[in-house]
Amino acid sequence: MIRLEQVSHQFANGTRALSDINLALSGQDFTVLIGPSGAGKSTLMRVLNGLVRPKSGKVWIGDTEISRAPERVVRLERRRIGMVFQSFNLVKRLTALENVLLGRLGDMPGWRSTLRLYTKADRSLAMNTLERVGMADFAWQRADTLSGGQQQRVGIARALAQRPQLILADEPISALDPKSSEQVMELLRDIQKRDGIAVLTNLHHLDAVREYAGRVIALKSGSVFFDGSVQRLTDEITRDLYYGETADDSSSHAQSNVPALSTDNQTGSPSFLLE
Amino acid sequence: MTNTGIAGTPNLEPPAPLKRRLLLNRLMWVGIVALLIWAYFGTEMSFPRLFAGAGESWKLLFGEADRPGSGFFPPDFRRFPEYLEQMLITIKMAIWGTLLAVILGIPLSVLAARNTSPNIVVYTLTRRLLDFLRGLNEFVLALVFVVAVGLGPFPGILALAVHTAGILAKLFSEGIEAVDTGQIEAVQATGASPLQVLTHGVWPQIVPHVVSMTLYRFESNVRAATVLGIVGAGGIGFYITESIRGFDFRAACAIIIMILISVFLVDTLSARVRQRLT
Ligand SMILES: Nc1ncnc2c1ncn2[C@@H]1O[C@H](COP(=O)(O)OP(=O)(O)OP(=O)(O)O)[C@@H](O)[C@H]1O
Ligand SMILES: [Mg+2]
Repeated sequence: MIRLEQVSHQFANGTRALSDINLALSGQDFTVLIGPSGAGKSTLMRVLNGLVRPKSGKVWIGDTEISRAPERVVRLERRRIGMVFQSFNLVKRLTALENVLLGRLGDMPGWRSTLRLYTKADRSLAMNTLERVGMADFAWQRADTLSGGQQQRVGIARALAQRPQLILADEPISALDPKSSEQVMELLRDIQKRDGIAVLTNLHHLDAVREYAGRVIALKSGSVFFDGSVQRLTDEITRDLYYGETADDSSSHAQSNVPALSTDNQTGSPSFLLE
Repeated sequence: MTNTGIAGTPNLEPPAPLKRRLLLNRLMWVGIVALLIWAYFGTEMSFPRLFAGAGESWKLLFGEADRPGSGFFPPDFRRFPEYLEQMLITIKMAIWGTLLAVILGIPLSVLAARNTSPNIVVYTLTRRLLDFLRGLNEFVLALVFVVAVGLGPFPGILALAVHTAGILAKLFSEGIEAVDTGQIEAVQATGASPLQVLTHGVWPQIVPHVVSMTLYRFESNVRAATVLGIVGAGGIGFYITESIRGFDFRAACAIIIMILISVFLVDTLSARVRQRLT
């Protein structure tokens, strides 16, 4: 169970990306995040895995509150949250298998990983996840020689190798052709259904949203504009979402289901070497 | 094209900012000429002296009839095995000097790259340290290390290592600053530690750059190592000084030819490896 309580975030340059977000991602939902460009969808996902520390509010991963926790604690929680990217973000010069093994880093002691001494269990887990996404034949091929659709499937395998409870997929199909898009979305749906891993993804095409979503969360100008099952997402709401006035007006269709708590400030760190 | 004023009369005056630029331009040229004149005096530069010697060059190169064995040609290869051994020592010095520089340079480059340095203070201090290391000439460093550890190739290796570490760390840090942040974020997102992000996210991306820059500096270090012997820091350089001091120009000529051939071979080989990588 992952919960956001009164989460607001403002970037160092003053851009207000999230305001007063309350939501809970429980169990085995296939949740789709929608909203106009700049609404804060990517920021919300990065708050969920601690890559962005919100200015205020609380982020609960299970029983751990990470918004102000030390980096080491956040890292431990982050292991159980896989992330899939629009531009795949495979380490280009590594093979597909090595990329999937990156998903094991969080559970490895430093010296073992520096020497690339992956355990037999890790290697077979990586191979199995590659098989799961239909990429076992490409295990030894360098990532930058794969097609976009293949790279994205390796990206999903990397997330799976983390043995995650939640997979965050930020526009996983925006850079893909229709056929690859379908494969990737079917795969994500299958993972959510069969493996019971919650999926939170962000899609731009409403057709795809209606096809795959169970629950829909709509963001507008950093606020939750709609939160409910896909059946309740009417054409009127989506029109308001993309073409209506700003979200500050009273037409918000969101229902807050998380109790409000006190807030505190915490800024994120700019360098990834900072503890 | 003419610039037409508002009233329709041609405006021949350039606009004020352009005028200022033209003036600055002219001042700059005056400054350059003044600098060249200043630099001429005190250097005993004399073109007449250079050309007066030209007539004697035949004698200089091929010796005088009444002094057998004088002049540079033909080169004297009688001590070839000895020269070869020293040439190989010179290359060995370059290999170890470069290797130690890489070992020193990699951690320094992490501290000197804006995106991996722990904070602005460490970043600035490391940058200044690298400027300092690069500023120390190999030759001067060799003199210092000869005093510190004694004569031989070892002080030469240390001199090359210290100077090259400064250069390589700077070059590597530029490679680190150019990495694709998407790939880094993906490794971070798995829950990897900062060290793991470096070894699995940054390192694979900079390997070609690191290897190519290292080979490039190795070539340059072979050239630098050939003269370190002049100050007693090992290698073929000592034999050049020795033969010239003893007026044995034909031996010096043989050594210089060997240096040229070795440098050419090393450059060609290393350039070929570098090409393979990119
Ligand atoms: N690192 C950053 N520094 C400053 N501002 C940022 C940063 N990242 C995002 N923003 C700003 O925060 C707001 C939300 O950005 P975000 O990327 O979350 O939007 P999004 O909903 O994912 O949009 P898109 O659909 O175009 O990807 C935007 O106004 C964006 O310009
Ligand atoms: Mg986005």
